[in-house]
Amino acid sequence: MSQTEPPERAEAAPAEDRRRPDGPAIKVENVYKVFGRRGKDAVRRLKDGDSRDQVSSLGVAAVIDAAFQVEQGEIFVVMGLSGSGKSTLIRMLNGLNDSTDGQVTVFGSNVVGQQKTELRRIRREHLSMVFQHFALLPHRTVIDNVAYGLEIQGVSKTERLERAAHWINKVGLGGWENHFPDELSGGMKQRVGLARAFAADTDILLMDEAFSALDPLIRREMQEQLKDLQQELGKTIVFITHDLNEAMFLGDRIAVMRDGKIVQVGTPNDILTDPANDYVAQFVQDVDRARVLSAADVMERPQAVVAANAGPRAALRTMRDLQTSASFVTSRDRKLLGVVFAADVLRLVRKGADTLEGALHPTPAFVAEDQLIVNVLEMAVDSPLPVAVVDAEERLVGVVPRVTLLAALASTTPETDQVDIIVPPDPVSTADINAALEATADSGEVSR
Amino acid sequence: MDMDWMRLPIGEWAEVVVDWMTTYLDGLFSVLRSIFDGMNEGLVWVFMTPPFWVIILAIAVISFFAKGWKLAVGTIIGLLVIVSVDQWENAMNSLSLVLVATIIALVIAIPLGILASKSDIASRIIRPVLDFMQTMPAFVYLIPAIVIFRVGVVPGIVATIIFAMAPAVRLTELGIRGVDKEVVEAGYAFGSKSGRILRQIQLPLAMPSIMAGINQVIMLALSMVVIAGMAGAGGLGQDVYSAVQRIDIKLGAESGLAVVIIAMILDRITGGFGNRKRKATGPRKVAAADSTETTASVPAKTA
Repeated sequence: MSQTEPPERAEAAPAEDRRRPDGPAIKVENVYKVFGRRGKDAVRRLKDGDSRDQVSSLGVAAVIDAAFQVEQGEIFVVMGLSGSGKSTLIRMLNGLNDSTDGQVTVFGSNVVGQQKTELRRIRREHLSMVFQHFALLPHRTVIDNVAYGLEIQGVSKTERLERAAHWINKVGLGGWENHFPDELSGGMKQRVGLARAFAADTDILLMDEAFSALDPLIRREMQEQLKDLQQELGKTIVFITHDLNEAMFLGDRIAVMRDGKIVQVGTPNDILTDPANDYVAQFVQDVDRARVLSAADVMERPQAVVAANAGPRAALRTMRDLQTSASFVTSRDRKLLGVVFAADVLRLVRKGADTLEGALHPTPAFVAEDQLIVNVLEMAVDSPLPVAVVDAEERLVGVVPRVTLLAALASTTPETDQVDIIVPPDPVSTADINAALEATADSGEVSR
Repeated sequence: MDMDWMRLPIGEWAEVVVDWMTTYLDGLFSVLRSIFDGMNEGLVWVFMTPPFWVIILAIAVISFFAKGWKLAVGTIIGLLVIVSVDQWENAMNSLSLVLVATIIALVIAIPLGILASKSDIASRIIRPVLDFMQTMPAFVYLIPAIVIFRVGVVPGIVATIIFAMAPAVRLTELGIRGVDKEVVEAGYAFGSKSGRILRQIQLPLAMPSIMAGINQVIMLALSMVVIAGMAGAGGLGQDVYSAVQRIDIKLGAESGLAVVIIAMILDRITGGFGNRKRKATGPRKVAAADSTETTASVPAKTA
């Protein structure tokens, strides 16, 4: 019966006709939501500066003066404890909850106070949703669940089943098409939920605590899958969670909510390193920083660096001045070539060699800028040298000494004037170096 | 002690209302009478025209699809017992009355239940009315029903409808309200209309509860058979009633047993349809290799 449902053609627009205007995907301006019959009165008093508790006789203020924009193609996370109003807020974005006051626009279309027909159009074309407890239709098979959004959009049966099958494979549930939701595990159910949302082919995904009901391993796996899919498809995602680690992992930007108010909006790094108030600071102190901060966030300016074409004498002098026994070597365009150790360079200088080539070792540890420091940690354990940080062109952009790593994990500000190479027991004394430099000094070079 | 000063003339009011209805709504009631009568006549014709074994087989087939071969066998045995005590004709008359009353009750009750589930105000109004309808002794409905519809099968049907309707309304409301809120929300979130959500999500998911309501309506309707017999409806009720009047143990036992058999068969059939497991819409291709592969790959990714 459900398959022969007449499509709601009059309201449905084919996908290719959809024009995605420039500008933010979602714009939220000073919205309020007060549950209760006297919501408008409560909003008026909240605007006059009354607190949430002071207006409690008029209604429950779930969202107070929220304002933010979600840009196209970003993952915007709203994070807060239960009762902070985040679930109410996400339902105001697609009009499942009407806003008591303020403006919500989705790709330029107004949502607040919108007519039902228009609201349904906005939901069909722009917003799909993933729910905390999956909200699959228990009387429908996996494939019919995934095709549900397309069915509402009026897509023909053959096409919607084809597209649904594609998404089922994409989330790794190939072969389960004709099973019913109660035959699946929690993680698999949420994959169906995810496939249903992606299959609807909307620009925006609203995810309400989508992974909170899953156990930790599955949750991590789903987070990674979501990130991959988002990168591949460039969807705009609004993700609600109470789990700060999840927020930090997924979010391009994070809004922290407390008691109905948004207390801070910023990148994960902003929130972590520059919390807006004590509440946020307290909240973030439990965060697993190693999984949030990237090498680029903590790295320092490399000091012990010599240019390959400068020769052994210049290298030796640099190391002596910095009191280090090793140095990174870069090419003329700052590409990281390797490392040299003072003892080897000293030998070269004594031999009178004029390139560093004979002493060059491969860099023991280097990472890309966007690597999380949890990955840097492992390398730092094994490497005698600070971990080098390189950009996409393999240019040396910074270094992460162990001290810096520890400081980052402990959330204290590291002493930045620290020499960035920690001196291992030094086999080469300064006196030896000076002697060698003097002995081989020629007219152009005078040791200091 | 003279208490006349505080006596409320409720009885007189009821009389006035019924008088007014017989005077001014006679046209409406005669239309209703012909509809109910016609439906009942039609069903009786369907049940009585073919030989009894055709009907028995037909009911057995329905039982088989509702629950399985055991019920089908039980149905055949039970109905043969009715034939053997010479109550077949009465049983078919009563069955028609029960089915007509049930169908009309459901046509009214299910929309009312949907309305009550959608609107708290409607729910608050409907609930006490249902309490009234269900607890008022069923005999009492017969008096105005006979006045309005005259002696025959129709007052029995009307009294049965009023008495038996309540559980269907209640269980429909309960079933729809009990549907997972998030699933309904999902329907709205993907842009579905509320009518479509009712058809595609709420009613299918409320179906077990609605079927339980239908089952209750049928059982209550059967319990009204005897009372309907007092109003001249014929069937098993009339035999039970006359057995009571004549202290006829033999007739009482046989006609009473027939009521019990019909009740059990109808109960098991509707119960069976209510609890029936849904079947996969497509072929279930769970090729062993296929499913193990998928299940294996999921945890593999986790690690």
